[in-house]
Amino acid sequence: MSNPSAVRGKPTCFQELILTLQDYWAAQGCLILQPFDMEMGAGTFHTATTLRALGPKRWYAAYVQPSRRPTDGRYGNNPNRLQHYYQFQAILKPSPPDIIERYLGSLQAIGIDTTLHDIRFVEDDWESPTLGAWGLGWEVWCDGMEITQFTYFQQVGGIEVDLVAGEITYGLERLAMYLFDRKTVYDLPYNRADCEVPLTYGDVFLQNEQEQSAYNFEHADVDMLFRHFADAEKECGRLIEKKLPLPAYEQCIKASHAFNLLDARGVISVTERQSYILRVRNLAKACCETWLATQKKPALSAVEGAA
Amino acid sequence: MAELLLEILSEEIPARMQARAAEDLKRLICDGLKGAGIGFETAQAFVTPRRLTLVIDGIPAVRDDVSEEKRGPRVGAPDQAVQGFLKGAGLASLEQAEKRNTGKGEFWFAVVTRKGGPTAEALPHVIDAAMKALPWPKSMKWGSGTLQWVRPLQSIVALFDGRVLEGEVSPGGAMAPIKFGDTTRGHRFLSKGEFAVTRFADYEAKLRAAHVILDPAERKKIILEGARRLSSDARVGLRDDAGLLDEVTGLVEWPVPLMGTIDAQFMDVPPEVLIVSMKVHLRHFTTTRADGALANRFVVVANNVARDGGKVIVEGNERVLRARLSDAKFFWDQDRRTTLESRLPSLKRIVFHAKLGTQAERVDRIATLAMEIAKAVPGADAAEVEQAARLCKADLVTGMVGEFPELQGVMGRYYALGENLPASVADAIGDHYTPAGPNDRCPTAPASIAIALADKLDALTSFWAIGEKPTGSRDPFALRRAALGVIRIVVENKLRLPLKPFLKADDLLAFFAERLKVQMREKGVRHDVVDAVVSLGGEDDLVRLLARVGALQAFLGTEAGRNLLTAYGRAANIVRAEEKKDKGLAAKIAGAPDAALLEQAEEKTVASALDQVARMVKPALAAEDFAGAMAAFAGLRGPIDDLFDKVTVNVTDRPEVRLNRLKLLNQIRATMDAVADFSKIEG
Repeated sequence: MSNPSAVRGKPTCFQELILTLQDYWAAQGCLILQPFDMEMGAGTFHTATTLRALGPKRWYAAYVQPSRRPTDGRYGNNPNRLQHYYQFQAILKPSPPDIIERYLGSLQAIGIDTTLHDIRFVEDDWESPTLGAWGLGWEVWCDGMEITQFTYFQQVGGIEVDLVAGEITYGLERLAMYLFDRKTVYDLPYNRADCEVPLTYGDVFLQNEQEQSAYNFEHADVDMLFRHFADAEKECGRLIEKKLPLPAYEQCIKASHAFNLLDARGVISVTERQSYILRVRNLAKACCETWLATQKKPALSAVEGAA
Repeated sequence: MAELLLEILSEEIPARMQARAAEDLKRLICDGLKGAGIGFETAQAFVTPRRLTLVIDGIPAVRDDVSEEKRGPRVGAPDQAVQGFLKGAGLASLEQAEKRNTGKGEFWFAVVTRKGGPTAEALPHVIDAAMKALPWPKSMKWGSGTLQWVRPLQSIVALFDGRVLEGEVSPGGAMAPIKFGDTTRGHRFLSKGEFAVTRFADYEAKLRAAHVILDPAERKKIILEGARRLSSDARVGLRDDAGLLDEVTGLVEWPVPLMGTIDAQFMDVPPEVLIVSMKVHLRHFTTTRADGALANRFVVVANNVARDGGKVIVEGNERVLRARLSDAKFFWDQDRRTTLESRLPSLKRIVFHAKLGTQAERVDRIATLAMEIAKAVPGADAAEVEQAARLCKADLVTGMVGEFPELQGVMGRYYALGENLPASVADAIGDHYTPAGPNDRCPTAPASIAIALADKLDALTSFWAIGEKPTGSRDPFALRRAALGVIRIVVENKLRLPLKPFLKADDLLAFFAERLKVQMREKGVRHDVVDAVVSLGGEDDLVRLLARVGALQAFLGTEAGRNLLTAYGRAANIVRAEEKKDKGLAAKIAGAPDAALLEQAEEKTVASALDQVARMVKPALAAEDFAGAMAAFAGLRGPIDDLFDKVTVNVTDRPEVRLNRLKLLNQIRATMDAVADFSKIEG
């Protein structure tokens, strides 16, 4: 195992944290993918996780995913709650026997010295009702701080997985606040303090948090969102019939985000909430089933890398 | 005699599952040994976050041949039965079985001999079977495998008499089998590489050298003693929390207690908030000052010996705690800007249950109920009860309870006090979820009693009305706990509150009776005695019911009580036997016997004794003097014994005399049943 931190040195800012994790997981044999270009609630929604977790093929990948949780917006007033934040996700399928050692190596790379800190694996099982997915694992604590979610996927889209993927999710802002000792996310150094144009996380994102919170909670057009949800749901069904799981899944992601926005606008009652979650799950299930059918046909494996 | 050492190493096992898993492994392996005819002397199980370990001592190196006899069906039994017997015994045909006369007829017998041999050959199968049968509350597969375990398995040490057993566990798929071996690993961070072990003593010592304390009891002791020492050095007292201690013991292989400080700016937040936040989010132990108030020090138990003595770990924990408590303090400050009263409209937006409407509707029901109940609670002030009832759920829409649901009620009380509402109203809000379990305190203040009862009775009747009754182990709305809560509040406060008007459904009263029996049994009261009183039916005044149970239990403890029970049994048996023969008899023998048909002196004596008893019992019952009522029966035994000695009940020639005598016996039963259903009493 090479040690990328020896080359790059301990990260000193948000972007170096990302670069270090990318270098590290690339050295572990992971593809370094780019974020999925749609609004989603978590890195798990990326096709590189949700769909790739299914089927008999091996898959190692890592990527940053911007994650949107409209209800978590605080108009930029809360030191660590954001409606838009970043997750770094590594997915290794099938999970190798030394996956925990590899993960601990990544902590070393980003500058968490295990001879000084207290790393703990605390039971935390993961479930996504909208994706029909669940897995067992832990939240990993460093001196009491949750720095990673570690999950062994068991089911996705209601389907039991063939090969178990180990999913490692770092909440980047929280991790950075810990590493760089900042009390609020907006004070995080985004790039190096000694560079030509040093900027903080707040310089880059504070206005976005303020405006997007106003949009999420006050201005999002409810009728339009209900329409978008219905349209996406319909389109997804149509594409499933055409056996096009990837475009169909994008419609599922759209529906899910429209639901999240409606939820933030407070227009979905408790009972309705359940039925919307179920509707998204049905879409996700159909996409996963259709995708899986393509995975078991060896003829398509030639184009797999392009997907 | 030799030792079996088994260690199953895996990735981190959830703390809450560890103790049970160790016990299950021990039970399964021990049962497996017995089933294989292998004896042993002692068995001990241990567990750490990463390993389940079992050591069994005193196993013979060689196993004797075991012969076992199995009785089959009767000779000449149908072929199906014979085939089943042959299959079960592993025989090819009846020629391998033998006939034997047992005195109850001729039966087939099979004598099955299992070959003995070296014990080591039988052990792998026992281990394999136990691992397959181990019931994890949740399990998973990993890699390309199909095997289910709590988390991925890493290695297995299986040694018998110091030698590796031949065996393996296969995770399936393309994964290499995990062969039984003699090597293990130490602490994740404080030890490097694998090492070999020979026997338990060697294993335990090497683990210790590799920074693993195998025995949870020892880890617990280290945590507790360390935490107490740190506390006393800092002149504070450690707050006991057995649940937290168990959990933390299951999170560390090498416990290192360290002490940290809570930032002074948080010390005016209610202690319950600090305690919950620290326990839930950080598994920190809290401490108290000499005056009992929460102190500003906490103990965190690390799983590492840091090279700086733990300075960074403590600072890190303090930093995380500061962030957590900032949230809590934010809620505390924010919540107090809004009165509970002004939060009530928000309750209209919270659905309590899809079929039971909103929290606002529930509050209305609770208020109505509480006002009604308050009439039976001495000292309850109607205005205070009403106010407390209306505000009791208002804290559900505060930021703090949103963050820490377990603080419901507690926060309502603080916010009410902050608004200068009467203390009794604040306490009633704070108390209304209690008692939450058999060891929780029970409310005693009048307003608290009324709200706590109304809360529970509303939940019971509402869920009952929509058919959500508890079944088996399923009780998602904790209705059993609610019923037990009602029982405790009523009984412990000696409330004269007939429950029936509040329960609406007959089977709900029966549900209460069932809960009462369970509760009384736990208190050591005979269940048949409770049964005898409960089955009288209609009694919904729990205080009166328990007084009756108490008197009956005391009476049955006396000579006179036991004697009378025998007499009752004889009378009841005869009547029951005759009733069986003649379906219409029950109607014919109801009511008092005809004095003119009483012939023998013994009959007349019993009849007049019954009259006298009935005259004494009635006023005693009315006065709730149950002991007095029971005592009245004491004089019945003699006359009844004489009756059975001298009088033949079933005279054949004169049906009207027979009928009258049955009436007399029935009257004995009826008189006694006015106090309790003696037929339920077991000898």
